Formats: sequence, structure tokens, C-alpha cells
Amino acid sequence: MIRIRLNITVLLITLLTASVAGSKEITVCSTCGVTTIAQALAESSDGDVIILKPGIYKEHSLTVANRIELRADEGAVLDADKKGPGITIKHDSVRIAGLTIRNVDVSYINDLSAVMVDNVSGCVIERNVIEDTFFAIYLAGSSMCKVEGNRIQGQAKTESSSGNGIHLWKCSAMYVADNQITGHRDGIYLEFVSSSSIRGNYSGRNLRYGLHFMFSDSNSYSGNTFENNGAGVAVMYSKFIKMTGNTFKNNWGESAYGLLLKELYDGLLEDNLFFRNTAAIHVEGSNRIEIVRNDFIENGWALYLLGNSYENKVTANNFINNTFDVSSNSSRNNNFYSENYWDKYKGYDLNRDGTGDVPYRPVSLFSVILEKSPESIIMLRSVAVDILDAIERVIPSVIPETLIDDRPKFTRYSNDRDKGTS
Amino acid sequence: MNITILKYIFFELLRSRFVISYAVFLAAISAGVAYFSNDELKTSLTLLNVVLFIVPLVSLIFGSIHFYDSEEFIEFLLTQPISRNTVFRAEFLALASSLSIAAVAGLIPALILNGISSTFIFLLFISASLSFIFTGLAFLSSSMNSEKVRGIGLSIIIWLLMSVLFDLIVVLLIVVFSNYPLERFIIIVTALNPIDLGRILILLKTDASAMMGFTGASFKDFFGSTAGMIASAFSLVMWALIPYLFAIRTFRRKNF
Repeated sequence: MIRIRLNITVLLITLLTASVAGSKEITVCSTCGVTTIAQALAESSDGDVIILKPGIYKEHSLTVANRIELRADEGAVLDADKKGPGITIKHDSVRIAGLTIRNVDVSYINDLSAVMVDNVSGCVIERNVIEDTFFAIYLAGSSMCKVEGNRIQGQAKTESSSGNGIHLWKCSAMYVADNQITGHRDGIYLEFVSSSSIRGNYSGRNLRYGLHFMFSDSNSYSGNTFENNGAGVAVMYSKFIKMTGNTFKNNWGESAYGLLLKELYDGLLEDNLFFRNTAAIHVEGSNRIEIVRNDFIENGWALYLLGNSYENKVTANNFINNTFDVSSNSSRNNNFYSENYWDKYKGYDLNRDGTGDVPYRPVSLFSVILEKSPESIIMLRSVAVDILDAIERVIPSVIPETLIDDRPKFTRYSNDRDKGTS
Repeated sequence: MNITILKYIFFELLRSRFVISYAVFLAAISAGVAYFSNDELKTSLTLLNVVLFIVPLVSLIFGSIHFYDSEEFIEFLLTQPISRNTVFRAEFLALASSLSIAAVAGLIPALILNGISSTFIFLLFISASLSFIFTGLAFLSSSMNSEKVRGIGLSIIIWLLMSVLFDLIVVLLIVVFSNYPLERFIIIVTALNPIDLGRILILLKTDASAMMGFTGASFKDFFGSTAGMIASAFSLVMWALIPYLFAIRTFRRKNF
């Protein structure tokens, strides 16, 4: 009794001071005056801070309609109990931090999510833990939001019954950083998103893509790690994408890519590491992409460029221990290769200027044969095929005549990115 | 069956300079590969190429040489009351098993350095069966030719045919008939060549199989199934048995 009275006095005092300052603090806990988040949200007005004390709150379908800040202590859990979505933000400049949200059920009608951001400008969603939800963070029609340091863990089983980790639809100027996303359909999904930055995230064990771009121009992603996803990153129908310093790792499987570029124009791909992907980069109908200073290590195919890609520049990369360096379905070459280091290069450097004196042909005869008849993969690692390749390199007749690196680098470019390969 | 002759030849061979240096040579390679790669899968893949290249070659050439070198000994044995079958069987089993032991022993250093894995056990199994198969083929070619040079020449041709030319012909067929569904045909064809069979069985065990895409999936479906396993084991046994039976037939009719 005394405690409650004390709490009420504390509350009154805070209310009093808050109203003096123009904003108040609402504390929510099982023994406080306010016991549910819904109640706190209803009582709040612009500028208020809701403090969530540890405890499990079995609530769902919450709506934030004021400019508030929801600050959760460690151990505060919002459990939607598979009854509906978590929180929907419908007002500008809302901040949600430190909250754990659980159990948002799969729906085939609505995009149920733990946090939904609906048509607002400016929001901060940070340091939250989101477990077992359909969509985790869903941002629609919004701009200038920061999604940072969240830990998102899904239990996706099939692509059709799972949602995306961080889903951005029709947004601009978003900042998505240092999140950890596992077990969803796409780790991060962008559709009609522009001028946004995605950095330092870890996206792994997602069913489809680690990061997925659709119709999203002028974005950049850097310093992210994509590991063990169905496929690493897919960039489709977009322009002006900057991709730097990312790690694409162990995206291995029958139809897995490290990076899939489809109809991407004017991209920059720099300082990335591609390690153990079935196909490190699969390029389809993409033009004017600069692929510079990347490391391709132990991939099945390092570069798979379809014939409908033009004027891409591949320079100063390391190609090490890939089964196939470059593969194409076309006998013409519309792209430019120069100054790369190829570990299969057998030439010499008489004047010791660091550049090989004879050009290198990165396409092997076997990869050309494979392109015509995929069944011949059965001869992978056969001695006969190695002999064929060696002969063809000396006297080329089948491999694309113009697909050459005129100035192959004689020694490997050194950088410390290959630390990631251990 | 007379074990005494088998035992005698077997230990004689195990002590021979050639078999010992063969084992040491393989051991040096496998230790080197394992030491520098540190990854048991990569080691298995590299050693697979070594095994597929060297084991058939050594078994064929040394098998032929051994057969011709022990001609006098065989003639001497045949003057005793021992059947030709017994003598031939002893020779074959002694040589094939000593070569298998040498090959397996040569791969052991990699096992010690990189640890045990199912892929590697498979590799050991493949190298032992290839030793048996190609010793049988060596004996066939030598018992068919009384002249040493021709016999060894035929062995070399067999090796070339099976490890290089066969694959080239298959690739050619695949390219020429690429408009037809070939999966089933290729599975049958590869089962016809023990070297290819060994290569594919190992490749499908490693993560290189993911590169094989859709086509690989159908191979994996077959070779990974019990039926596929039985079929490939059957093919390997047949490859060891049929040349041996033909060789023993020629040997029985041979004029000494």
C-alpha cells in the first residue's frame, strides 16, 4: 500500500515536472500506475518518454500516434503472442530503443511486423531485439529514419511463409546500420528506396537474399557481411549503387550467388571480398559497372557475365583459387579487363615492371563448353579437361578472342581483406 | 587355394624397392599437400587428382613389368603340381593388394595431418579399388602379349585411353548431342570408366557438387541413392573381375 502510494507520488512529481517542462515521463511496469504499453501510449502526448521496466507485456497491435520516445530497459519484452502485429508508428520523429519484441505470427493477408513505420518522416529504431516475427521492421513511405544496432532473429522455414528482416518500401534517406539479421526471407529488402545508406550489417542464414534491391536508385551499402544466405545480395533494376568494403561469404549452393546484378546501371563495386560463393558475381543486363580492387577467393565462378552486359570495367582485382575466373555465354566481349591479378596466369615479366608481358585470357575452354552443354560439368577436375584448357590457352580458337587482360598484374595485390578467408 | 605362394609373393613385393618407393612418393605428396592446405576438403580434392592420375599408371606399368619379370618364376612354379589358376590368382592378389596397401599407406600422412573425414575414407577406398582394377588390366595386357615391350605398350595405351581419351570423347559426345537429354546417358557412360566413377563419387561428396547446378543435382540424386551406390560398387567390382577373368583365361591357354 505504501509502495503504491509512493509510486503515485513519484508519478505525480514526475508528471508535475514533466508538464512544467512540456513533456513527461511515463513508467510502465506491472506494479506501476501504468501497467500496459497501450495505456501508456494512450496517455502520452508529444514529447513524452515512455520507460518500459523489465517484464513481459502480452500486447499487440499498438499504435504510436504522438511524437514520443519508447525506452525499454533490458528484459522488457513485448510478446504479441501470435495475435497480431507489434507496434505501428504513425507519427514523425518517434524513437524506440532497447525493446525486445517476440512472436508475430505469419499472415498471408497482412504484412504483420514487429515494428511498422507508416508514412512518417524521421524515426529512430535502435538496439531492439526482435525474435520469431513474420516481418521484423517494416518501413513504408517514410524518410530519414535510423535503424541501428537491432538484433533480428527469425525462424523462416519456406520463402512463401516468411517475411523480410528489415523491409523498406518507398522510402528515402534511410540509414540502416550495424544490425544483425538471421533466419528471414530477405535480410534487408529495399523497393523504391533512394538515397539511403546500409552499413556494417550482418545478414546471414536468410532463405533468399542477404540484401535485396528492387527499383532503388542512388543507394550505397558498405562494410556489410553476407554469409550463408540463399544468395548473398541481389541488386535489380537500379541505378547508381555504390557497393564498397562488403564481405560476401559462403553463399554456397546449387543456385547461390555472392552478388547478383540484374539491370543495374552505373554501379561501383570496390574493395569487396568474395569468398567461397558458387558464383561470386552474376551479371545480367548490367552496364557501366566498375569492379575495382575486389578479392575473389575460392569461388566456383568468380565472374559470370552474360552477353547482354556492356562496358563494365574489371580492374585491379585479385582472382585466387577460383574454379572459373570469368565465364560468359557470349563469344564476344563487350567489357573491359585490365591490371587484375590472376593466379592461373602463366606468363612472364621480363622487364620487371610488375605487369605480365603476355596478355591473360580469363575464360577457359571448359567454361565455354560448359556454357553450351551444362552436362559436361561431369568432367569437372578431369585431367583431360585440364589438358584441353592448357592447349586452348596457347592457341586460342574457341574462347572469346577479345576477352583478354592486356596488362595482368604479376603479383597479388596486397590488402588485409583476406583475413576474412580463414 | 594355396596360401603359401600368395604369402611368399606378397611379402616379396612389399619388401621390393619399387613398392616402398611408390608408397614413400605418395606419402611425400600427401604430406606436402596436407601441410600446405590445412583444409581436409581441399586436401582430398588435390589428392584425388593425384590418385586418379598416378594409381592407374603405376598399377598398369608396374603390373606389366612385374608380370614379365616373374615369368621365369611362374614357369618354375608351373613345373610343380600346382594349377595355373592358383599361380595366377596368387600373383594377382599379391600384387594388387601390395599396391593397394602402398597407395593407402601413402595417403595416411594426410589423414594424420588433417584428421579423418568421410571424403577421405572414400578416397582411400577409391585408390585401393583402382589398384585392383588396373593390376587386373595390366595382367590382361601382359598375358596377351608374350613380348615385354608390346605388353607394356598396351598398358600405357590403356592408361591413356581411360584417363584422358575417354573423357575427351565423352566431352565431344556431350557437345555434339547437347540438344538431347543426356543425364542418363552420362551416368551410364561414367560408370563405364572406373577413373571417372571415382572422381565423381568423391566430387559429389565435397562441396564442389554445388557447382554442378541442375545437372549435378540429377547426378547426386543417382549416385547418392542406395541404388546408385550399389551400381557404382558393382561397376568397380566388375572392372576388377572381368579383366582378371579374361586374363586368367588367356593365361591358362598360354604356351610357356
